[in-house]
Amino acid sequence: MNFSAVFFYLFSAVMLGSAFMVIASRNPVHSVLFLILTFVNAAGLFVLAGAEFLALILIVVYVGAVAVLFLFVVMMLDVDFAELRQGFLQYLPAGVIVGLIFLVELLLVVGAWVAGPGIANAVKAPIPPVAQVTNTQAIGRVLYTTYVHYFELAGIVLLVAMIGAIVLTLQHRKNVQRQNISAQNARSKKTALEIRKVRPGQGI
Amino acid sequence: MMHFTLPMFGPILPELLVLAGALALLLLGAMRGEKAVGIIDMAAVVILLIAAVLVIFEPGTRTEAFSGSFVIDNFSRFMKGLVLIGSASAVVMSIDFFRAKHIRRFEFGILVLTSTAGMMVMVSARDLVMLYLGLELMSLSLYVIASIDRDNLRSTEAGLKYFVLGALSSGMLLYGASLIYGFTGTVTFAGVAEAVKQSAPIGLIFGLVFLFTGLAFKVSAVPFHMWTPDVYEGAPTPVTAFFSAAPKVAAIALFLRAALDAFPTIVPQWQQIIIFISIASMILGAFAAIGQRNIKRLMAYSSIGHVGYALIGLAAGTAQGVQGVLVYMAIYVAMTLGTFACILAMRRKSGMVEEIDQLAGLARTQPIVAMFFGALLFSLAGIPPLAGFFAKFYVFLAAIDAKLYALAVIGVVTSVVGAYYYLRIVKIMYMDEPADAFLPMPNGLRVILGVFGLFTILFFVYPSPLVAAAEAAAKSLF
Repeated sequence: MNFSAVFFYLFSAVMLGSAFMVIASRNPVHSVLFLILTFVNAAGLFVLAGAEFLALILIVVYVGAVAVLFLFVVMMLDVDFAELRQGFLQYLPAGVIVGLIFLVELLLVVGAWVAGPGIANAVKAPIPPVAQVTNTQAIGRVLYTTYVHYFELAGIVLLVAMIGAIVLTLQHRKNVQRQNISAQNARSKKTALEIRKVRPGQGI
Repeated sequence: MMHFTLPMFGPILPELLVLAGALALLLLGAMRGEKAVGIIDMAAVVILLIAAVLVIFEPGTRTEAFSGSFVIDNFSRFMKGLVLIGSASAVVMSIDFFRAKHIRRFEFGILVLTSTAGMMVMVSARDLVMLYLGLELMSLSLYVIASIDRDNLRSTEAGLKYFVLGALSSGMLLYGASLIYGFTGTVTFAGVAEAVKQSAPIGLIFGLVFLFTGLAFKVSAVPFHMWTPDVYEGAPTPVTAFFSAAPKVAAIALFLRAALDAFPTIVPQWQQIIIFISIASMILGAFAAIGQRNIKRLMAYSSIGHVGYALIGLAAGTAQGVQGVLVYMAIYVAMTLGTFACILAMRRKSGMVEEIDQLAGLARTQPIVAMFFGALLFSLAGIPPLAGFFAKFYVFLAAIDAKLYALAVIGVVTSVVGAYYYLRIVKIMYMDEPADAFLPMPNGLRVILGVFGLFTILFFVYPSPLVAAAEAAAKSLF
């Protein structure tokens, strides 16, 4: 067993274990922390596969942004997860059946994948070969040329998500003090200050 | 390396127009706020109509863009034309409703534009990534539109339900797409078709089933219809009108192209799935609608049934069948939008009403509206010589030519059952004692009802342009 195989099994084992703990742990904050551990291990697997760019993106986007955001949500909103979880066992039989069906399907699929003729040829080789360019360059080359339409459309999808979030949540409340910068800047010494003479012992 | 030139963007000109329009109007809305609602709605209609003109005057020859992932042909022209007409009509129908209900949200027009752009991408998509992006652009906009009346509990509930189930269906579709990619090594429909011709392993069929499951959710075919009645009832009525027309057309177009373009050599494999969901949809659409008292819920079950009839044409798997589907969708859009124009006119001083019993005696209070409404309902039931009869006629004919006799017979039986609840509304309008009169119909609705009502009534006089266009469109898939 060589060195990278050891790491492969290490990362995979920790990842599977922590992924299980995400759904098993009682405290939601622990769940999110385990989620972060899962992502970090997945990033480790990407590095082993030679996809260092994806590994770092995974850390930056999922660990840095999504997981921290989720942690905020868990901590700020008072959601009683223990209560949400109460019916959990009641759905277990149905879940197990669905899980088993999926498992059988996956086994069938994976079995066919190994046995299927000519499939190995059909799998696309990376263009251009990994040895010639770094994989950041390789992704950049196709992402902004051949696949630019996917990229732009995905951008529009994200924009719609943003519009949606604003439409559904933005409240224009009255009676809320807001900062009015132009009014602040327009203040002068005359309007802002009033000088009173205070005599000793009398107050205003 | 690829070099970009201006002519490369020619094929996506209508999509670019719609998206650029949406962005410009968003900017206007962000600056002017709710004062811009009127301008934005009008501009959205104009943009959609200009895009429709552009689509109609596109060359009929097949043109591919972006290394084959986007295609325009007669099929895409036909379906995009329908989608754009459906969206534009929905915006026209929404203006008076939202004004009367004091829901002033400029984002409605913009989200209709973005979802329409998504639908146009769906119609033209020729690979799995494009398919998914178009579908998601459409769905995400629709989730928000469903709960646009966000202070109303039912509207937000509709949006949430639609979102959760829609996300589930997207997940299934993606799972299917990834299996198809795994087994063929390509995402393009042409590449998949090539790989399927050589061998179709069981894993690929699994992928196909999941892909079809995702698409069946979007067209609300049984057994993936559960969201439809709740969403149709909860969403504001013009939104329901929009949901039942344009997105259905786009999803059916995607269904046809994915099935016939990517899996043409394994028709028997997917034909049985389509036959099953078609029969199930027709039966549920016919029987579940009988007990409904709310007219929007009734229209939801009616649309489930109509999707079942349209899928008969796909089950046939022939050019004639596809022609039938196209004619069916065109007539369905006209009938549905006309019917919703009547439903939107069900307004008293106290507010909108949605119960079927409230239509009592409409023939005496508003005879012209009642006449059009009656004609549209007869047409939905498929009674000759109205347009709805011809729609069913073409798909049944295709089914018989493809030797799917059982499908055609079940279709005829369920349309007889379905006729009951359509005719019951006609009976309530014409025979029952009049209830209080509705407020006069706003002008926008009058135009919509007039155009689509006359189309439905007079279709039999001169059906050849639509039928010929559908035939040309169907040929481009084979």
